[in-house]
Amino acid sequence: MKKNWWKALALILVTYTLLAGLLMDAPRLNILNETIRNLHFHVTMWFGMVILLTASMVYAIKYLRSGQITLDDKSVELAKAGVLMGALGIITGAVWANYTWGEPWSGDSKQNAAAICLLIYFAYLVLRNSMKDEQQRARVSGVYNIFAYAAMIPLLFILPRLDPNSLHPGNGGNPGFNSYDLDSKLRVIFYPAVIGWTLMGAWLANLRVRTRQIERALED
Amino acid sequence: MKKFLTILFLCFSLASIAQDGAYEITDDSYKDQTVEMADTMRSNGKIYVVVAVIMILFVGLSIYTISVDKKISKLEKEVFKEKANS
Repeated sequence: MKKNWWKALALILVTYTLLAGLLMDAPRLNILNETIRNLHFHVTMWFGMVILLTASMVYAIKYLRSGQITLDDKSVELAKAGVLMGALGIITGAVWANYTWGEPWSGDSKQNAAAICLLIYFAYLVLRNSMKDEQQRARVSGVYNIFAYAAMIPLLFILPRLDPNSLHPGNGGNPGFNSYDLDSKLRVIFYPAVIGWTLMGAWLANLRVRTRQIERALED
Repeated sequence: MKKFLTILFLCFSLASIAQDGAYEITDDSYKDQTVEMADTMRSNGKIYVVVAVIMILFVGLSIYTISVDKKISKLEKEVFKEKANS
């Protein structure tokens, strides 16, 4: 029970996010209106994705250093959870954009980069399935994982900022996500939300890692 | 513990890179009555209907996830005990 505290924390933080995100005072901004509350749901998906994919890459490196197959299990399941959050992020983003920017997909530089990033990770999952040998699959996809991560960082954090016409806030040369986040009232919901959603993703990954390990134990 | 601290520090570092931007949110942003918000829904309390529905959904999904977690724990115990004995 002791090592399950973070699962309880995930549930508490997400519950808080749902309640506070809907009920607490939000700034009255033009165009955004009430949709500013999506900050705690859409934007947090991306933060969660980046954190989960970082963890996935760390486990890929750990696997490559030690050759322990259980580390590869963790790496792939964290990547899957990350991709899930990214996919949800892109769908929720399209819904939000439809009502604020006028169309679900406006070819905004960050939208495009996020889509490319997801495609790179889809390729990771396809690549894995193309190999039968367990160790070979783990090694090749571990190396690919590192490259995919190295591609994701400029795609999400550098390229969109070089585009002066990006619709996303915080782009066009401005580092950081300057607009919403400066506000401390939003921040007290936003940061717990990031941690909560990330832990939820980690929990789902954890469940799948454990089923993989049971499967492996039954095979042996 | 180490992981927890890393997450904590990450939050601080994120806060520190936030800079002045084009659309700053000030205290006035909270009082600007010219911007349309869902005020009616809030004043007549209907927003709580939405919140209640979402909470019921989330509680249901949470309970389901916990039960899956417990089931896997049980299987783990069985499978790994068997292996240790054999």
